[in-house]
Amino acid sequence: MYRQRFLLKLLVRKELKVRYRGSVLGIIWSYVKPGVQFIVFYVALGVFLGLEQSSTNKSGLPNYAIYLFSGIILINFFTEALGNASRSIVGNGGLIKKIYLPRQLFPVASVWVSAVHFFPQLLILVVACLFSDWHPSFLQLLAAVAGFIIIALLATGLGLLFGAANVYFRDSENFVDMLLMIATWASPVMYSWTMVQHKLGEAWYSIYQVNPITIAVETFHYAFWLPTTDGSAGIPPHLLSLWIPVGLLVSAAVLVWGQLTFRRLEGRFAQEL
Amino acid sequence: MTTAIEVTGISKQFVLRHTRSLKEAFIWLIKGRKGDLSEKFHALRDVDLVVEQGETVALLGFNGSGKSTLLKHISGVMIPDSGTVRTRGKVAGLIEVGAGFHHDLSGRDNVYLNGAILGMTEEQINERFQSIIDFAEIGQFIDTEVKFYSSGMYLRLAFSVAVHTNPEVFLVDEILAVGDEPFQQKCIAKIQELAAEGRTLVVVSHDLDLVSRICSRGVVLDHGHVTFDGSIHDAVAKLRGA
Repeated sequence: MYRQRFLLKLLVRKELKVRYRGSVLGIIWSYVKPGVQFIVFYVALGVFLGLEQSSTNKSGLPNYAIYLFSGIILINFFTEALGNASRSIVGNGGLIKKIYLPRQLFPVASVWVSAVHFFPQLLILVVACLFSDWHPSFLQLLAAVAGFIIIALLATGLGLLFGAANVYFRDSENFVDMLLMIATWASPVMYSWTMVQHKLGEAWYSIYQVNPITIAVETFHYAFWLPTTDGSAGIPPHLLSLWIPVGLLVSAAVLVWGQLTFRRLEGRFAQEL
Repeated sequence: MTTAIEVTGISKQFVLRHTRSLKEAFIWLIKGRKGDLSEKFHALRDVDLVVEQGETVALLGFNGSGKSTLLKHISGVMIPDSGTVRTRGKVAGLIEVGAGFHHDLSGRDNVYLNGAILGMTEEQINERFQSIIDFAEIGQFIDTEVKFYSSGMYLRLAFSVAVHTNPEVFLVDEILAVGDEPFQQKCIAKIQELAAEGRTLVVVSHDLDLVSRICSRGVVLDHGHVTFDGSIHDAVAKLRGA
């Protein structure tokens, strides 16, 4: 994989160039879409459903906008990376059928492209945080990096898995779409983790917490949202000592699983596509 | 002489009819499991082929005889059901011209992308870039998107990238009908030059006159079997007689 980084670079650049070809707004679409999504969720959930803390609603979350946005950009990264990676093998079928090249590059390139789209959104988040009196510690920033790595590994692993499966069963990409819809709601992006703990109880909450996406979203809250509040809301217990290592391990395991499955299936790609 | 390609007893089966949907499987069950859900046929049956370094080999045969499948096995795109394929050195395939081209990228971007896909490094492409566009006679159109190219320009550029990859083994599938007459002559001259340098060449083509000019050895395939292996003139004569 390392030897192929030049080809990987070109594939990523190609995707970036081709993505918004012929559109007037071009790459700005990468910001307009999450921006509108954010506004919709913020108005519907924060204002209408009362998740935002205000003078009339004391039980809500302070700085809900930042809480929501820090989760949304991470989920968007995951959604885009996995969605495109799952389609990448079939989408590049013409090439795979005719020329021998390392096929893992296609899902991996999809994840890279999504990462490129992710960073400007992160920049917007940081600017918003700075306006809200953000004072993160070094440890908190490190946690956010860990959260990003968890998502990147998970998306690559699942992307290899479903990308390879998609060659044989096109059901795979529909399954991924469904999975991504669940992923958005199965982690505390819109709501607070304390609500889950209250409703489910400790045992089920631990199961909820094993999900690497949940852990990654919480690291982002810990890094970007918590330092803009008075810190009274708190973070899930053992986030740093237990859950971040668990998230990294689960993601790494998924990546290995994805790799092995991909290797086993890729031998017949050329004839099945 | 060293062996460049060694194909030992490879067989390949294709599944003709895919029934993956639940509905079709269900109907099949209801009808009392008549017939097979999938039909198989042998694209290659126990094929042996040894090519020495520097040889120029033509794979001949009618449509569906397994020529292209064999070429895909040599390039590594397909893996045989049984048997082994071993190659020495870098193998570059012109399996289909422009397979790695993207219509919305400029000629320049495509040269880099396609070059990398065919296994060139960044330095190699930088070094050979001028030579590639000179050979393709693209000139000032290099920064135009390839979707605006004429089909001839498109093929010339793709061919040019491929011949500049400098492989030890060069696989060519049905692409010698490139561009106009003068360019075609240039391509043939280039291929003969590569052969003269001692590169191994495996060509699949239906143009018998053309392959007999380029290649010295002919291998005739019929329904997945090798039916003849010898000098190109005998091979062409056999195919014409048949």
